[in-house]
Amino acid sequence: MTDRELDLIISRILRGGVILSAAIVLAGGIWYLVESAGASPPFGHFAGVPGIHALTRLPSPEVVILAGLLLLIATPVARVVFSMIAFAMEKDWAYVGITAIVLGVLTYSILSGL
Amino acid sequence: MNNPLFSVVVFAVSATAGFLGSLTGLGGGVVVTPVLTLVLGVDLHYAMGASLVSVIATSSGAAAAYVREGFSNIRVGMFLEIATTLGAVVGAHLVSVIPISALAVIFGAVLLYSAWQSLHGHHGHADSGGDPLAERLKLNGAYPDGGLSVRYHVSRVKAGFGLMFGAGMLSGLLGIGSGAMKVIAMDQVMRIPFKVSTTTSNFMIGVTAAASAGIYLSRGYIEPGLAMPVMLGVLAGSLFGARQLVSAATRVLRLVFAAVVAVMAAEMIYNGFTGGLK
Repeated sequence: MTDRELDLIISRILRGGVILSAAIVLAGGIWYLVESAGASPPFGHFAGVPGIHALTRLPSPEVVILAGLLLLIATPVARVVFSMIAFAMEKDWAYVGITAIVLGVLTYSILSGL
Repeated sequence: MNNPLFSVVVFAVSATAGFLGSLTGLGGGVVVTPVLTLVLGVDLHYAMGASLVSVIATSSGAAAAYVREGFSNIRVGMFLEIATTLGAVVGAHLVSVIPISALAVIFGAVLLYSAWQSLHGHHGHADSGGDPLAERLKLNGAYPDGGLSVRYHVSRVKAGFGLMFGAGMLSGLLGIGSGAMKVIAMDQVMRIPFKVSTTTSNFMIGVTAAASAGIYLSRGYIEPGLAMPVMLGVLAGSLFGARQLVSAATRVLRLVFAAVVAVMAAEMIYNGFTGGLK
């Protein structure tokens, strides 16, 4: 695999993740606006609820939107994972190491935050 | 204001943010956070969550185009991501130790100076052949410019790496500002062409931001109803911005970059004095 091919595949991963997550968020968003059409936006005060709190409001448009957002957040992580595999296929061990460190730190900081 | 109208306003603001963010490599947080909090009365925690979403959306949306066109340098991005992600972890742990307000004021001042510097481009732009370490790490590359492929060398890899660690640490400490440091380090220190610096920064900020996603999600900063118009608006703006960058003159991009960084610096200094950041 040449660097150019790697570019094209990473580009497709990013585009695919973005399109899919945008479609999910849009679907949830339309549902959300239909349900809350008359209400005023409730974002003036921080509710301070711990946990990924929207997940407790099942079934709700918030859960659909959140699923799209999680996919969006996962997209850059997915491209790091794919690059590591691609560098391994190229036997470019220096970059396998570099991406592995990035992935390790990323996993640590996402999980330790939860 | 009812909820649909509110969403339309947030969408429009976010589209502007995504446009500027994708052109400058800074992400959309500079615009999103102050407009949401100061103009629309959104709580700062939700605004920070929306800002994180906007950075990831700008990054992935525009990077798909930049990587395909051959602007972003993936190896440079991957290599420097070690420094930024490690820096972010260290920074997050120092939050309780370091006086954030003072740091915000100092960093704001540094950014103002850097914005001024970045207007002038490189001082000695003569290509010295770069750094042997860049050769070993295959960091040197080429980018498209008016139908031609222009080759470039990467200089001062270690200094750039160190500065990126600092950039990551500041982003962990202050919540924003890492995109600006990334562009400045690549452009001014590593002597990477400006369009490659901004698009590679754009490519990287998604990963740096994703690192903070766990803590934002668990604390409930990411409110779906608010993040929805932010994400969709930012994506629309960043896709439009990515189309413009290809043909835009570097001189114009430098001006836009300097202006946005100056606003960001002013915000940071303001937050430092009012203590609104944390």
